[in-house]
Amino acid sequence: MTDDANDPPSERPRSKAELFFAFNRMALQGFGGVLAVAQRELVERKRWLRRDEFVEMLALAQVLPGPNVVNLALMLGDRYFGLRGAFSALAGMLAIPLLIVLMLTAAYAELSRFMVVSGALRGMGAVAAGLIIATAIKLIATLGTNRLGPPLAAAFAALTFVAIAWLRWPLIWVIAGLGSVSVAMAWVRWR
Amino acid sequence: MTALPHPALSANELLALFGHFLLLSLLAVGGAITTTPDMHRFVVDEHHWLSNVQFSASIAIAQSAPGPNVLFVAVIGWNVAGPLGALATTSGTLMPSTVLTLFANRWGARRRETRGIRAFTTGLTPQTIGLLLATGWVLAQPYVIAGTHRLGAIALVAFCTVVMLRTRLSPMWLVAFGAVVGGLGWV
Repeated sequence: MTDDANDPPSERPRSKAELFFAFNRMALQGFGGVLAVAQRELVERKRWLRRDEFVEMLALAQVLPGPNVVNLALMLGDRYFGLRGAFSALAGMLAIPLLIVLMLTAAYAELSRFMVVSGALRGMGAVAAGLIIATAIKLIATLGTNRLGPPLAAAFAALTFVAIAWLRWPLIWVIAGLGSVSVAMAWVRWR
Repeated sequence: MTALPHPALSANELLALFGHFLLLSLLAVGGAITTTPDMHRFVVDEHHWLSNVQFSASIAIAQSAPGPNVLFVAVIGWNVAGPLGALATTSGTLMPSTVLTLFANRWGARRRETRGIRAFTTGLTPQTIGLLLATGWVLAQPYVIAGTHRLGAIALVAFCTVVMLRTRLSPMWLVAFGAVVGGLGWV
């Protein structure tokens, strides 16, 4: 961490309402994920975070379990207005999108008897699978710099895939078993 | 596919649904989407509350709406048991990670450079990537293995993967493209 990371960012939200509407705006722009929009809004438009602060906060949000952008909203809200700020940001991120998606779900039950609608949904489902596979392939590059060493890291990724996708083992056993071995090995190598 | 039913779940079954999503929230290293294969195992394989296609359709509905990806858990909950189901899965998913995040933000932030945290992230990164690939596989399965338009579906999945890797096009356009070719009956 560099010294200037402790400098205050150039702007800050003036109220919890501003936090709510800022995160609501981000969420409503986010088709297929909010992360890219969050970077543009928080760093480039609102200037609440500098780029290095954003990356640091995101890294922490990713280490923690749970949805990354939701964790990011909680952390930023908490930083300015404590618990109330955290929940204002969370509500901004979730309330209206949740309403929209549940209305769509309820409408779908009615509309699915039309071939066009169920066909469109099949198409979007296949796209969703492709988006996730592409994200995974992009992240495979990070295994090259993993401290476990690329062959070992790739082996852990492959074993996880086989255990979950083919053998259909419960996630908790895979994380507790394979995960604790790989974390222990990283611990030993991290000197 | 027929309309998604809302089978009446007993109070115990609702509690089991809530409990399973509560557990998955804590295992969601690398984002909520990486727990999708285990949700599928629980909701489809073990309890038969949804079919394979209904499960993938739930994710597709969430993908077609704006907002964080995590909202797909609300759609799965709704399709399993209506509003109460949505409440069970959404609160189950959000509560543990929210508490943990707020705690970590206040007390843990300055410890993130320590060896323990680094070993944790280094060790779990390969798992995260394996889980993402497994998620893509589980979601694609009803279209590319058993679907009536297998070739179209395989082509669409491959096309989206390549476009996402090679261009900076917003995923929004791919979702719209998928809706159009699917609506035309090609997938």
